[in-house]
Amino acid sequence: MKNILGREIPEFVEGYGKVKPFGGAFNNLGEVTKKEVRVKSAVPGETKVLSTIREAIEKCNLKDGATISFHHHLRNGDYVLNMVLEEVAKMGLKDIKVAASSIFPVHAPMVELMKSGVITGVYANYMSGPVAEAISKGLLKNPAVMHTHGGRARAIESGDLHIDVAFIAAPTADTYGNINGVEGKAACGTLGYAIPDAMYADRVVAVTDNLVPYPACPIDIQQEYVDYVVAVESIGDPKGIVSGTTRITKDPVGLKIAKMTSQVIEASGLLKDGFSFQTGAGGTSLAVAAYVKELMKKKGIQGSFAAGGVTGYIVEMFEEGLFRSIFDVQCFDLKAIESYKNNKAHQGMSASMYGNPHNRGAVVNNLDVMILGATEIDVDFNVNVTTGSNGVIMGGSGGHSDTAAGAKLAIIVTQLVKGRLPIVVDKCTTVTTPGESIDVIVTERGIAVNPRRTDLIEKLKTTNLPVMTIEELKKIAEDMTGKPEKIQLDDEIVAIVEYRDGTVIDVVKKVK
Amino acid sequence: MKIQKPAKAGTMESNDIYIMVQPNDEGGVILNLESIVMTQFGNQIKTVIMETLKELGVEDAVVTAKDRGALDYTIRARIETAVKRGM
Repeated sequence: MKNILGREIPEFVEGYGKVKPFGGAFNNLGEVTKKEVRVKSAVPGETKVLSTIREAIEKCNLKDGATISFHHHLRNGDYVLNMVLEEVAKMGLKDIKVAASSIFPVHAPMVELMKSGVITGVYANYMSGPVAEAISKGLLKNPAVMHTHGGRARAIESGDLHIDVAFIAAPTADTYGNINGVEGKAACGTLGYAIPDAMYADRVVAVTDNLVPYPACPIDIQQEYVDYVVAVESIGDPKGIVSGTTRITKDPVGLKIAKMTSQVIEASGLLKDGFSFQTGAGGTSLAVAAYVKELMKKKGIQGSFAAGGVTGYIVEMFEEGLFRSIFDVQCFDLKAIESYKNNKAHQGMSASMYGNPHNRGAVVNNLDVMILGATEIDVDFNVNVTTGSNGVIMGGSGGHSDTAAGAKLAIIVTQLVKGRLPIVVDKCTTVTTPGESIDVIVTERGIAVNPRRTDLIEKLKTTNLPVMTIEELKKIAEDMTGKPEKIQLDDEIVAIVEYRDGTVIDVVKKVK
Repeated sequence: MKIQKPAKAGTMESNDIYIMVQPNDEGGVILNLESIVMTQFGNQIKTVIMETLKELGVEDAVVTAKDRGALDYTIRARIETAVKRGM
């Protein structure tokens, strides 16, 4: 069958089940039921502290076929996922499903465990490196399921993704299971992505390298959700967890794109008191923030909030009074961690509060402007951030689809050509985010507005920005690069791309 | 035009192509191409390299090309420079 975007998807996928086809960004709202949660009640006097990860796995009664979960705030410095899986493999467990909110190159040991049948399923919102490549080659038994950040929270809360045991990398934990992310040598700031896991898993294990006396205030994840605490030597490498500083691009092309983007934002009329804004940590995205900052200062505007994965640059804007508050699901650098720790208006948020479409209102719904990237964008404005143009998985939605759906103005900023590959194409290799959520694409050669946004097209006519149709943009790119040959993919499905509401927006095929 | 000695042009930077030409006493052109966009543009890059060599009158050469996403005019320029340096 074809979904509403014309993507060919089967009605049933072996190892995944029945497919609910994507039917539009807001097609699936309404009343929902959250799952029941199994809780083993604690008896006064019982200790939660265990001496090894193995003991925790045994106490949790982990069995073949179970699903275990991890959060990714330690990013490419994370040790916990590998430590737990090593123990799982040693114990001879098989057919384990790994629900990691994101997977990074550091998680390469998973590949061998996929080959040996210890791991047979993977759920992730983003994956890059050897695991992503191995999945693309068909080394995982069942198709991987790619969620969005908000969609993962939805899947956990609804029971679509049942977690038997959640292992939470805890920069600091006390003896009764309270966790915070702001202290300890692996401090990573907010723990937003781990919160649905903690609340809905059958068993929750905090793995920490900073076990402190009770209570570990301030508390990010409360004791009522945590069954066991295990102290280990180290949960992660700080060098891989945070970047020291995040820098604005010096590349003149990136700066030009950023400047034009700020002009689009200005022309949109959204840049007024109460303005809300989110941008990524990439050099060009930060440059957009820099130009927006200039405009806000010049016009004397105070925004309501900046959201997201938060960088030091956003913190500076906040400290200068340009935003009243920050909503933070993940801290990208030390400055963001410091600010989250010390400033009450720098508010942590869970993955559900951030982007879950099936709750009483996520933060993305209140976003004015969202700055996003793209690996490919097609002439219907559908965006791919999941696979490279060679078909290999190299990313995933993360918050892409969530923020694009919620924001009043979702802007794709990208160079028109990257390493000879035209970014604007006839059809995306994979669709991550539907075109209906994308309002405008800004490249160094021109700007294209989604034809649905007639209001924005009219507003941009009053500027001298190089506005054109997306087909014109595609032609400029192809005139430079030539038309790329189509890549050949196998028929086997290696990953399912779930939209935030749990419908299937696309599938990823095995690479040849 | 005859390649007398090994010569190179270009870099391994993004959007550039690194070219090395060497004499080929056996006769003919041997092209060893690596590219980050091999599946999408491999054939096009080969065509551009072979055509440029032909235009320059190079009939015998071993050409090593390491492409990092260069556009056609870059490829032509790097080939021409390498060939002229190798004369």
